[in-house]
Amino acid sequence: MQVVAPAALVVAVGIASSFVSGANEIYFLDALVSVAIVVAIYVFIGNSGVLSFGQISFVAVGAFIAGVMTVPLDSKAGVLPQLFPVLRDHTIGNVPSLLLATATGGVFAFLVGLPLMRLSGLAAGIATLAVLEITHNLLREWTKIGPGATTLSLVPETTGPLQATIGALVVVAVAFAYQRSRLGRMLRATREDAAAARGVGVNVHAQRLWAFTLSGALAAFSGALLVHELGSITTEQVYLELTFVTLAMLVVGGVSSLWGAVLGALVVSGVNSFLTEAEQGVDVGLTLDLPSGTRLILLGSLMALVLILRPAGLTGGRELRLSPPNIGSATRRRLSPRGD
Amino acid sequence: MIGLLAALDAPTVVEAFGLGAVYSLMAVGIGLVFGVLRLVNFAYGQLVMVGAYTLAFTASWPVAASIVACYAVVVALSLAMDRAVFRPLRGESPAVMLVTTFAIAFVLQAVALLIDIRDDTIGEIASSIASFNQAITVAGVDVRKITIAAMVIAVVVLALLAVLLTRTTIGLHMRAAASDIGTARLLGVQADRVIGFAVLLSGLVAATVAVILTVQNPFVGPEFALRETIVVLVGVVVGGIDRLWTATLGGFAIGFATGLINGLLPTDKTVYLPSAVFALVILVLLLRPSGLFAWGRSTTVERV
Repeated sequence: MQVVAPAALVVAVGIASSFVSGANEIYFLDALVSVAIVVAIYVFIGNSGVLSFGQISFVAVGAFIAGVMTVPLDSKAGVLPQLFPVLRDHTIGNVPSLLLATATGGVFAFLVGLPLMRLSGLAAGIATLAVLEITHNLLREWTKIGPGATTLSLVPETTGPLQATIGALVVVAVAFAYQRSRLGRMLRATREDAAAARGVGVNVHAQRLWAFTLSGALAAFSGALLVHELGSITTEQVYLELTFVTLAMLVVGGVSSLWGAVLGALVVSGVNSFLTEAEQGVDVGLTLDLPSGTRLILLGSLMALVLILRPAGLTGGRELRLSPPNIGSATRRRLSPRGD
Repeated sequence: MIGLLAALDAPTVVEAFGLGAVYSLMAVGIGLVFGVLRLVNFAYGQLVMVGAYTLAFTASWPVAASIVACYAVVVALSLAMDRAVFRPLRGESPAVMLVTTFAIAFVLQAVALLIDIRDDTIGEIASSIASFNQAITVAGVDVRKITIAAMVIAVVVLALLAVLLTRTTIGLHMRAAASDIGTARLLGVQADRVIGFAVLLSGLVAATVAVILTVQNPFVGPEFALRETIVVLVGVVVGGIDRLWTATLGGFAIGFATGLINGLLPTDKTVYLPSAVFALVILVLLLRPSGLFAWGRSTTVERV
């Protein structure tokens, strides 16, 4: 049940996306790619309990390497003349670009995580934010590795309903397999009590590094899905705003469960899509026509309201179960992630 | 190192001090609220932004009235934020509190944009106070008036705050609440009063920062002070967020370092300034994770 429910929801959105009209398809694709990004972030933050603002740097790296490597060869030298020759003179297909992005993200996250995973709490959050700033700065200014401050365009739009659904499912499945594995359980033990986990022989640094690397690889994969959905991208699209929105999706859903990550991503992007339509005037029994510009205000207020009323998120940070687990309520309270 | 420092000219050093002064004010504003609430207020920059808009919209008023309006609006918003958002979140995990303040920042920016684009242009110009941005010559060095003013204001504000915290009853209560709010309440400190006072002070500082930043950059947009807030938040944690004075020093240090590195980088490499500053941040965090200025304490058990 714990993996079936999130997966079924993703498939349902995927099937729905192939039935709607072309203009609305984009909303469903956005939602599926958001699920992939948020679950990738969840793999690290949710399992380790360490805050990171840096996971979007791996989304950015994935998006740009997959984008740059799939721009058709005949136009590449014209639009991206300053690239390193190895990037400029080769072009690869859709699936290889997803794999290349995944590998690059994983390696990058491992190298960054090696020193940074010694930190925890706010220091970890700030250090990972510094990684995001450096990644953004280099991608934006260094024209040998990408388009710099201009838009990267001419990327083949291969993320349709099928690729978005399969991509999101792959990320959900990997996240589930990881959290059920020996490694995932050791990391979750460090989240509940780092000192006790150390006491039974868990290497906190190593476990966090594994999750950070896996999360980086999945985030870069999601970034590749994103660039193939949009067809063009700038460095500003994979920077602070995306960081805040995806973190908010995760927290709104409930940080410490896969179900929360998936639900949060779908609910927030659903509301966002609905409000975008409502700004143009939408018919829901009565005609709703919001003044333009109110979408962000309503979306932000809604997120703040959920967090104030339900700080543990919509799911309370629990996986979906058909019947409650057979343990006493006192034990359950003690085990619940909210208890300190 | 000496050779590098010799490459710096006097104006660069003065501007670096000026930047450090503004950042230390923002750091103290963020640190005051963190002390009593354990809440990192990401929306602090939006308080400054709202203050800047107030200055821009009242540009036709006398300068003094315009500044008073700025203080009134910012302090009112600061108190409203505490009542509507911070109070229901008391005692929640730091991540939830931080992400909620993201959402508030998001909303305030969206509101600013909505109000701002009624005249079909993004951004307003706070014309009335821009004249303080002119340069004067002090001891052979060209300095902008506002840079000197920023340094003086920062020193005065920090000194007043130090007196308040160490010489008055409410200051004592605030320090007690900052070190352990549970025990402080048992001993008769009223949480609401102390928190309200900290939020009020933090709002006053935000309004001061709004005036200084608006003079330096009279072009006000929805993202006004956003960049500065992020850098200051980083500086506060690098300095050591657990104590007000280490947080303030952290804010100063990151501003000062940014100014110096900007002067040291060759002109064609200044676009890489953020990378250089944040690489330094990572280095400092790795060497001193509990804060650059936090001496003599080590945390054996890490709590996330």
